[in-house]
Amino acid sequence: MIALGQFLEVLIGGLMSGVLYSLVALGFVLIFKASGVFNFAQGAMVLLAGLALVRALDLLVANGFPLWAAIVLGIAFAAAIMATTAWLIERFVIGPLVNQDGLTLFMSTIGVTFVIEGAAEMIFGSDVYPLRLFPTDAWFVLEDVFPGGILVNKLDVWGALIAGILVAGLAIFFQRTKTGRALRAVADDHLAAHSVGIPIGWIWFVVWLAAGLVALVAATVWGTKLGVQFSITFLALKALPVLIIGGLTSIPGAIAGGLIVGAGEKIAEVYLGPSIGGGIEYWFAYVLALAVLLVRPQGLFGERIIERV
Amino acid sequence: MRAPDTNEILLQVEAVALSFGGVRALKDVSFNIRKGEIRAIIGPNGAGKTSMLNVVNGFYHPDHGTITFKGRTRDKMQPFEAARGGIARTFQNVALFKGMSALDNIMAGRTLKVRRGLLWQVLRYGPALREELEHRHRVEEIIDFLEIEAIRKVPVGRLPYGLQKRVELGRALAMEPELLLLDEPMAGMNLEEKEDMSRFIVDVNNQYGTTIALIEHDMAVVMDLSESVAVLDHGVKIADGTPDEVKNSQAVIEAYLGVAH
Repeated sequence: MIALGQFLEVLIGGLMSGVLYSLVALGFVLIFKASGVFNFAQGAMVLLAGLALVRALDLLVANGFPLWAAIVLGIAFAAAIMATTAWLIERFVIGPLVNQDGLTLFMSTIGVTFVIEGAAEMIFGSDVYPLRLFPTDAWFVLEDVFPGGILVNKLDVWGALIAGILVAGLAIFFQRTKTGRALRAVADDHLAAHSVGIPIGWIWFVVWLAAGLVALVAATVWGTKLGVQFSITFLALKALPVLIIGGLTSIPGAIAGGLIVGAGEKIAEVYLGPSIGGGIEYWFAYVLALAVLLVRPQGLFGERIIERV
Repeated sequence: MRAPDTNEILLQVEAVALSFGGVRALKDVSFNIRKGEIRAIIGPNGAGKTSMLNVVNGFYHPDHGTITFKGRTRDKMQPFEAARGGIARTFQNVALFKGMSALDNIMAGRTLKVRRGLLWQVLRYGPALREELEHRHRVEEIIDFLEIEAIRKVPVGRLPYGLQKRVELGRALAMEPELLLLDEPMAGMNLEEKEDMSRFIVDVNNQYGTTIALIEHDMAVVMDLSESVAVLDHGVKIADGTPDEVKNSQAVIEAYLGVAH
């Protein structure tokens, strides 16, 4: 019973941290689905959103605002920052590159990454800022089944809840609305989308805004867990194997990929660690991603690319 | 041969010039398209035909000159504004949404016609549902018209070229355009496919009264279909008139056959 209890605890902890990877991966999938661009800047956007939020919160609280008002205003401020960023990116980077190759657009997002990172730290500072939006203490559940119960972190539960709501909302948006259909159309062919009257500039703004807001959500959860700090941008790297496993074009795939990576690396760490040495957490996801690439290059949930030759 | 419904001018291009770097693609080209006619634009390769279409639907902005559509002279216009105004087009090399089914591609042509707001669409309730069904109905009519029922669910990337061209025409028709621009609608087709496509073009013109401007290389097709023909060569309009007039024009013969200097 102790072994099973421990396994469950590791599994749940892993799944929950996987949800956090999924939150970052979602931002990538959104932009890729809608514009065919692999957005390297997603990690930087999480940092920017987190910094804007935490700094606004601190300032408002220091000036005597009640906490709830500070939270509402802080989130509104951070959302406005993300909207401005989306507009700037569309106007000055992606917009002028319409009809260019996917690789060109990808390179431009690398540039955007550095600009966002630099600007964010210049404006908001570069320390580690603690963010307390969600409870971070733990629950012990199933205490009568397993001795000592199973430890579940409340923050992880919040994260999972938020991710679930986000995914449901995005899925409905993509599948059911005219804008969703327009987004898929733009991803497929810029020229054709233009010709049926889809205003590409507006669509791209919407997509980058959505990705910015997803980044803000990710930042609230990650920021509460680790504090808002520069190393959050490296999370983007953890999202890469998640994307490969889940498939670049699938919103449910981003979630499933995150869960697989999260649970897989924790279980590997605990059960394989003692025999082959620790630190498995750091490379396990990439090995998993490689294995998936060999078997299903489009990812577990990705669309198969059909090419006539 | 059908006469145009009226002599009303739908589109007037006036002294349009366009250059890319040092290359002058169009030099002071003027012509008009009358409402209800099938207008052909022909010319040797590199004559500026596609550039002309791109100017008309807003992909390119001319350096000089004006374009008057439905009596309104416009300055710089974006492609989506042209679409909104009632100009639809197809492309020389087929620009479809390759990952989507034929049905979804044609549905995409209805984008501008969707009126209900985002929230209604999400809920799929009441007026939004009725509207969606209405659009589906229109799209099914187009699918019947183009005789592509069998492939409506197939991702267009898998279809043979001739059918892709047909789906592309369907998407343009779904916009219910007043002016339909066709860039080499029969390129790469066999004889039978060409005959089908010609029939569709004539039927669109007859049934819906859509004005059509087409670029085509197949002279037999052009002479058959069109009521008037404009000929471009090296960015200059060298002839304009009925197919017979154009066929006998010395300038056109020289442009196509070359001239001894």
